[in-house]
Amino acid sequence: MKRLSLFAGHYGSGKTNIAINYALDLKKSVNEVYIADMDIVNPYFRTKDSEKELNEAGVKLISLKYANTNVDLPSLPQEIYGLVQRRDCHAVMDIGGDDRGAYALGRYAPYILEENNYDMFFVANFFRPLTRTAEEAYEVMREIENACGIPFTGIINNSNVGRETTAEDVESTFGIADDLSRLSSLPVVMTTVTEEVASGLECENKFILNLQNKIF
Amino acid sequence: MSEKVLMKGNEAIAEAAIRAGCRHYFGYPITPQTELAAYMAKRMPKIGGVFLQAESEVAAINMVYGVAGTGLRVMTSSSSPGVSLKQEGISYIAGADLPALIVNVQRGGPGLGGIQPSQSDYFQATKGGGHGDYHLIVLAPSSVQEMADMTVLAFDLADKYRMPAMLLADGTMGQMMEPVVLPEPSTSTVEKPWAITGTKMQREHNCINSLYLQSGDLERTNFERFEKYKVIEENEALYEEFMMDDAEYCVVAFGIAARVSKNAVVAAREKGLKVGMIRPITLWPFPKKPLAAAADKVKGFVSVELSMGQMIEDVKLATECKKPVVLCNRAGGMIPSPEEVLASIEKMAGGNN
Repeated sequence: MKRLSLFAGHYGSGKTNIAINYALDLKKSVNEVYIADMDIVNPYFRTKDSEKELNEAGVKLISLKYANTNVDLPSLPQEIYGLVQRRDCHAVMDIGGDDRGAYALGRYAPYILEENNYDMFFVANFFRPLTRTAEEAYEVMREIENACGIPFTGIINNSNVGRETTAEDVESTFGIADDLSRLSSLPVVMTTVTEEVASGLECENKFILNLQNKIF
Repeated sequence: MSEKVLMKGNEAIAEAAIRAGCRHYFGYPITPQTELAAYMAKRMPKIGGVFLQAESEVAAINMVYGVAGTGLRVMTSSSSPGVSLKQEGISYIAGADLPALIVNVQRGGPGLGGIQPSQSDYFQATKGGGHGDYHLIVLAPSSVQEMADMTVLAFDLADKYRMPAMLLADGTMGQMMEPVVLPEPSTSTVEKPWAITGTKMQREHNCINSLYLQSGDLERTNFERFEKYKVIEENEALYEEFMMDDAEYCVVAFGIAARVSKNAVVAAREKGLKVGMIRPITLWPFPKKPLAAAADKVKGFVSVELSMGQMIEDVKLATECKKPVVLCNRAGGMIPSPEEVLASIEKMAGGNN
């Protein structure tokens, strides 16, 4: 397991939800875990929404000063430099949507690449309209890499249609995930699903998303 | 792969517009509708369309005016403060009798307000908004699926009646993700002999204009336009009735307020209260007939709104104040909870049950 785990992908692909669940899971085996909200694009649906659960589990949240204040003022907290410079903690970094969000990560790239103890996962939901094929998803992947200057190390298949998702829906995307894997020469490191969907799904590397924010 | 996709309301509008044949989008970013513009920016260059981020909302709506004059499907989108800026251009488009789509993903106001959802542009959308006597066809979706379907409908109605249409959504509808089955590409073929497409020296030239310096001419265009509005009011009002068959109380709500209210109606039924809901889908034309019919059956109405009470005036007009109409509202970006709506229903029912 690498010291830094970065989650990036197309806008609305499920990065934040996965990052939170991943951090909570990581905390079970690692003493000091941070999660950093690095989304400078969207003022809604933030890591901070799950602050209570993260606090209870002992995961330390680094969040934008203006997160959830309704002040739409993109900025990054200085504590993020601490995460990439001190090498004695584990950190989960939630990168904002698309290449535009990934530009913000670029300023930390020299530290991350020099240490070279990171995983950067491409989160893909093949039910999202602009990443329905392996080719489209691959294009987004390359745009993000070009924006932040850090190469991906793996793919996470987070294909879902919200609460209506069935195991068959997820299975129908395995071929696309494999195609993306071939195009990018990167492994599909996990398929993320809810508990209900997981029971009917046959695949390796299932990762259960226990924490789901329900608004309605 | 299955046809359903997972989309944000804002994205669903954008993709549906493309499928409706819209190849011209002009806008200026503003939360909470920015994903619509961002989606257009990604897609339009790939399909030979135009995405243009204008220097301002005023510029964007005038670009819409220009393309609308050529008869092509064209749209702009914004959120409340930006839609206020567009009003002059919208009035010109209405005055020149041109079809176009304007999307308002509302946020709290007045002024710069906030970035949370609201329905407080109801008056602006349904009563004119800009100067002069005119209407927009106003559609109020209440799911991401309807965001897509009503985008297509708005383009079709705008073409059919040669007038601008507005999709009136709110920040919640724009931001929420739901599965959507996208509409088939449009096959609409409305003849537009009025469009400025070049005469090729084979016909008289067309003129797109909203300036009539002779009062008599201007009066005549107003009279003619309102004859058209009468036909629309007669034929195009859309609404949904929910549990109205034996209802003694009627909730009236649109958009996100209707989704909340539906839960409250179900909860009220579980408590033995005979409550139903009428959901206006077109806000102009307002569905007057079902409300007038309900006024002869029910004991009272509850208008549920994310505003200080705007639609409630149309409810009172449509029901001719035959029965009491009370307001259940939150404002400034707040959303009423099903419990709050239920409490309003119970208060109105009082000791009557």
